[in-house]
Amino acid sequence: MATYEPVLLRRIGRPECQGIEGYRADGGYKTLERVLKELTSEQVTNQVKDSGLRGRGGAGFPTGLKWTFLPKGHPGPIYLCVNCDESEPCTFNNRVLVEKDPHQVLEGIILASYAIRATTAYFYIRYEYGHGMRQMQKAIDEAYSAGLLGKNILGTTFSLDVFVHRGAAAYICGEETGLIESLEGKRAWPRIKPPFPAIEGAFRKPTIVNNPETLANVVHIMERGVDWFKSIGVPPDPKNPRDAGSYGPKLYCISGHVNKPGIVELPMGVTLRELVEKHGGGVWKGRKAKGAIPGGNSMGIIPESEFDIPLDFNGPGTVKALGLGTAAVTIFDDQTSIVDVLHNLCRFFAHESCGQCTPCREGTGWMLKIVERIRRGQGRREDLDILEEVADRIGIMPGTTICGLADGAGWPVKTAIRKFRPEFESYLKTGPRQGVRLQMAQAH
Amino acid sequence: MSHPDTHVRNRDLPPIPGPLPVEIRERIFSLLRRYPSKQAVTLPALHLVQDKLRCVPRWAVEEIADILDLSPAEVHDTMSFYGFFRDESDRLGARRLWVCRSLACALRGADSLLEKASEFLGVPVGGTTSDGTVTLELAECLGACEGAPACMIDDEHVHDISDESRMRELVHRLRNAPAGPASGQ
Repeated sequence: MATYEPVLLRRIGRPECQGIEGYRADGGYKTLERVLKELTSEQVTNQVKDSGLRGRGGAGFPTGLKWTFLPKGHPGPIYLCVNCDESEPCTFNNRVLVEKDPHQVLEGIILASYAIRATTAYFYIRYEYGHGMRQMQKAIDEAYSAGLLGKNILGTTFSLDVFVHRGAAAYICGEETGLIESLEGKRAWPRIKPPFPAIEGAFRKPTIVNNPETLANVVHIMERGVDWFKSIGVPPDPKNPRDAGSYGPKLYCISGHVNKPGIVELPMGVTLRELVEKHGGGVWKGRKAKGAIPGGNSMGIIPESEFDIPLDFNGPGTVKALGLGTAAVTIFDDQTSIVDVLHNLCRFFAHESCGQCTPCREGTGWMLKIVERIRRGQGRREDLDILEEVADRIGIMPGTTICGLADGAGWPVKTAIRKFRPEFESYLKTGPRQGVRLQMAQAH
Repeated sequence: MSHPDTHVRNRDLPPIPGPLPVEIRERIFSLLRRYPSKQAVTLPALHLVQDKLRCVPRWAVEEIADILDLSPAEVHDTMSFYGFFRDESDRLGARRLWVCRSLACALRGADSLLEKASEFLGVPVGGTTSDGTVTLELAECLGACEGAPACMIDDEHVHDISDESRMRELVHRLRNAPAGPASGQ
């Protein structure tokens, strides 16, 4: 395959990549100008729908299709909420975009708002991205001064205000209705759906929630067209009738035990093995990989023998991981205990469960307690079965919780046990090996 | 691990007098036009108050509620949902040091870093140094995984705190730097 030329990351690392002048010198906002003058909102929606773009936040829902769920002829207001909560562990692709090229994201926000007829957009950003928040605020201020935001943008009848809204360090705010509740000033408890946000979202008005990377893709789809977008990535898998294809570029985050942790933009469908070996510089210290998280903690854990899966929306599911998730890959080497990895993941979910649904609140707590006792060397033979049973029963798929983050808490547990069972069983017999395990942090 | 009992005992600190400074009230009022409901200003208002006072005292909860036409219980409900905000009995130091403990950082040694930070500062996780300069917090994934193990000072990431000596350096720098917490909004 020929070397892929980055699109989303092409400006990153250049001097002046953050300011409006640099962005305009690179052709920025020309697409917006053309779209506002030549195309209707429906035409923009249709072009995004035809491109096959799927949301980059984790669930992979088709973006254009989501936009069409808005009520037809609604008198407004309609809101766009940009979900830059990005709290899925090991994920930082949106942070890089917002910190280094905020105008690219902002142009996407304006285009999407035009398509869905939103006149107000809220940029919800997690507290931990202070630098990104300040870069985005600066970009918004520059855009107002340049007539790209506010009343009658570029002399058209389209008006838009964009406001930055900061979170307060809670994972659940990345769930789209949790985000909306948080924006409204309430505790971030996800809502029961339906109604979906497109019908009744922020402030009880129709609302679209999109991820910054998704919106950055919109700019390029409007600039280069549907055919260009569909020439990148992977068409639908004929063996999976529910696969809508994985078109376009994707930002992959690589972290953990690799020589070169970082971010890389590639066409969808790169294999996990290529990502680690070619783009992550291989496993550190000359060791071998034991396994990986293919797309953020929620997607589950897979062993090295399954590294040949393509990282598209369909690939991780073929080895019974939850999905592509955020495409954030974390590698752990063969010196790492699977018990330590699972303990870390369980601790995260027990800490971050919002407490609304009993199966998740209690389930994540008990899964952590059981993994803790295994890790201390006090595990019981039945513990693995109990863990699997709990993990199978919490979530939106078994129908016991309001949001899908509970599924994400169960998936690492069941995949770890199913794919690494012999190691767990031997650990149950021998207990922890001295000197190689991660130290336990203090309880919060 | 035991800690020298030097972290701030907040009950010995004098209470913070109200009401809110005029400039904070004005900034809260200026945000109202951004949202169709007053309640939506809850989080921004809490940020503004905590940035300034290093906690959100009970009287400030009542004052925010008054501005936003809410019951103080509604503001407190939101505030207490996020472990982020502190009440007067548990106020923050001038700076907050967060040490990430999630997977990407843990794989590169973060758990022992948190312990080291705790030892160097002489406070448990969540505690504040007796001179009021630094509060130590653990964090779930900061989103700085390419620079693991990562920390955060207030809301700015610090990458590659890869060993004990770098943590020692970071703590030293923090204790001797002039306080200047980043602004909330």
